[in-house]
Amino acid sequence: MQKFTTLNGLVAPLDRANVDTDAIIPKQFLKSIKRSGFGPNAFDEWRYLDHGEPGMDNSKRVINPEFVLNQARYQGAQILLARENFGCGSSREHAPWALENYGFRAIIAPSFADIFFNNCFKNGLLPIRLPAGQVDALFKAVAAQAGYTLVIDLERQTIGAPDGTVYKFEVEAFRKHCLLNGLDDIGLTLQHVEEIKAYETKRRAAQPWL
Amino acid sequence: MTAKTLYDKLWNSHLVRQESDGTALLYIDRHLVHEVTSPQAFEGIKLAGRKLWRTSSILAVADHNVPTTGRAQGIADPISRLQVETLDSNCAEFGVTEFRMSDVRQGIVHVVGPEQGATLPGMTVVCGDSHTSTHGAFAALAFGIGTSEVEHVMATQCLLMKKSKAMQVWVEGTLGRGVTAKDIALAVIGKIGTAGGTGYAIEFAGSAIRALSMEGRMTLCNMAIEAGARAGMVAADDTTINYLKGRPFAPQEPEWEQAVAYWRTLHSDMGAAFDAVVKLDAADIRPQVTWGTSPEMVVAVDGCVPDPEKMSDPVQRAGARRALQYMGLVANTPIAEINIDKVFIGSCTNARIEDMREAAAIAQGKHIAASVKLAMVVPGSGLVKRQAEEEGLDKIFIAAGFEWRDPGCSMCLAMNDDRLSPGERCASTSNRNFEGRQGQGGRTHLVSPGMAAAAAIAGHFVDVSR
Ligand code: SF4
Repeated sequence: MQKFTTLNGLVAPLDRANVDTDAIIPKQFLKSIKRSGFGPNAFDEWRYLDHGEPGMDNSKRVINPEFVLNQARYQGAQILLARENFGCGSSREHAPWALENYGFRAIIAPSFADIFFNNCFKNGLLPIRLPAGQVDALFKAVAAQAGYTLVIDLERQTIGAPDGTVYKFEVEAFRKHCLLNGLDDIGLTLQHVEEIKAYETKRRAAQPWL
Repeated sequence: MTAKTLYDKLWNSHLVRQESDGTALLYIDRHLVHEVTSPQAFEGIKLAGRKLWRTSSILAVADHNVPTTGRAQGIADPISRLQVETLDSNCAEFGVTEFRMSDVRQGIVHVVGPEQGATLPGMTVVCGDSHTSTHGAFAALAFGIGTSEVEHVMATQCLLMKKSKAMQVWVEGTLGRGVTAKDIALAVIGKIGTAGGTGYAIEFAGSAIRALSMEGRMTLCNMAIEAGARAGMVAADDTTINYLKGRPFAPQEPEWEQAVAYWRTLHSDMGAAFDAVVKLDAADIRPQVTWGTSPEMVVAVDGCVPDPEKMSDPVQRAGARRALQYMGLVANTPIAEINIDKVFIGSCTNARIEDMREAAAIAQGKHIAASVKLAMVVPGSGLVKRQAEEEGLDKIFIAAGFEWRDPGCSMCLAMNDDRLSPGERCASTSNRNFEGRQGQGGRTHLVSPGMAAAAAIAGHFVDVSR
C-alpha cells in the first residue's frame, strides 16, 4: 500500500450531501476484474454528458462543463472537500480505487459512510472528518480563492490552511500507523497465526456444528 | 455480570485479539462471495502466493451479472461473461463451493445463504456486498466488506475492525393491513436518516419485530445499511429455529440440540444498555413510497411530495431541489397521482417466497395498466422460483401481464440487461433509489411488493391498506 505522510495539495469542492458509491463509480465499470484504471470513470454520470461504458476512449467523450471537477481551476486536485455521509451505499472498493486513481489522496467531510471510510484506508486514501462548521468554512475559502491548497500532516493530525488556521483531526492509532508506514493488513494479521489457530480449536470444542 | 446486548455477545464470542487502541481481530465464520467484488481478491491471493485459510467457510454464487431470460444461451455481454467465468474458474481452482448459473440453487447471494442454512445464529457473516446486513435477521453479526477485506478474510479468516456503538430500534404493536417489513424499514430510515445509523450496529426488537417471519426480518435487516448501519440484527427465537430446521447447511442431530440451546441465548439481556434507542409505534406506520434519490426521502402513500422551499436546513433543501429535478416531480404532488412506466419486483430486499405471495395476492385476477410498459417479477433464487411455481404464483403473474424471470439481481442495479431508460419511472421493491441506480436517468420509487403490484395494476401508486 502507498504510504501517506504529508500532503500539500490543491482542494476541489463537491458541494452535495449523501454522495453515494454508485455516483462515484457507476455499476457498468464494476464488471472489470482489475483493480486499476477506474480514474477516468470517477463520477462518470456527472462528469460526462454522454453515457459511459467500459472500453470507451474517455478522451473523446463529451465533458459536462457544469461539473465542478471539470473546471480548469480544480485540475490536479489531490484533496476532495465533501459534505455529510460521503460514500454511502454499496461496499464497492471500486469507489476508493477510482478516487485514488483520479488523483485524490485525501477527502475531507463532516461524515463518511462506514464501509467506504474503511475501504479508503486500505488504499492509501485518507478520509478526514471535520466538524460541519469547519467544512463549511473550507467550502467558502475554496470558492473565494483559485489555487486554494491545504497541507495535511498525518503524523501531527493537522490540516494547515493558507491563512494560517490549523485544524486538528482524529484518526485511529492503528490505522494511522498502517498508513504512515504503508503496511499491508494481511501481513500484519498473519503475525498472529498461532492465536487464530488457538481460537479455532477452542471454538470447535464449544460449537462443533460450525 | 453486566447485562449484554446481542451485539456484545456476538462480538465477544469472535474476538481473537485486541490492540491497545481497541482495534480487534475478529474471527469470521461464513464468507459469501459473488462475482463483482471477488476477482481482485482472488488475484491478490494468487499474486502473494497465499492459500485460503478455511475453504469450507466460503460459499460462492454469481448474481449481479446473470441474465434473467434466455439463460441457456449464456451471457451476451462479453465483459459480464468474463466476470462470471472468472468466479467459476477461481472457485474451481481453490475448491470453493459455488452454485453455478445452471444450478437450481443459484440466486442472489443474500437470498441463497439463508435458504441453504449457510447463515446460522451466532455466526459472523461477511460478503463483499453492503446488503450482507440481511443475514443479521438470524441473530448473526453480518456486514458488508470491501474487496481488500474479502482478500483479508480469505487469507486469514479474520478481519481487523473496531467495535461499533449499539442502537436499538424498538417497534411495538401490530402492523396495519397491507403494511410490511419493507414499510418498517423505510419508516425507520425516514425517521433517522440515511446516516442515522452510521457508526452503529442496529438491533431491531419489540413485539412488531417478534411477529415478523424470517423473510420479513431479512427485509428489515437488509435495509439497515440504508440507514447507515453496517449491521442489523434480530434476536433468535422459535421463528428462527423453525426456519433453519432441515436446511442443507444447518447442523443435524445430535449437534442440532446443542446448537439450538446455544442459539436460545442469542438475545439482548434485560437491562442491557444501548448507545441510542429509537422507538416506533407499528400502528402509526403507513405503506411507504420514496419520492427522491435517497432512501430517507420517503413519505406515506397518502402523503405528498414535500416542498424543498419549506426545509430550513440549506444542505437538505439543495438536496431535495436536486432530487425533485432528477425525479421529474413537482412539490406538493399527491403520491397517488404519480404515474409509473415500469415495475420491478425482486432484489435481496424483496424476492423471497413471501414477497412473491404478497405481490401475487394483489395481482390475482387483475391486469397491469395499459400505460405500464413492463412489469417484471424476478425471484431471489431458483428455489424461490420453483416454490412459487408449485404454488401457481407464476400463472397469476403471467395472466396479469407480468414477466416471470430467472433469478438474479436484475434491475436492482441494472448490471445485466434489465434496466430503465432515461426518464422512465419505476415502482421498485429494491433498496436504493440513487441517481442512475436502475439505469442512467431512471427514476426509482422504493415500495413493498404489494405496493409495487398494486401500482402495476393501477398505473400509479395506490394505498394497499385501503
Ligand atoms: S439484489 Fe441489489 S442490493 Fe441486493 S445484492 Fe443484488 S445488486 Fe446488491
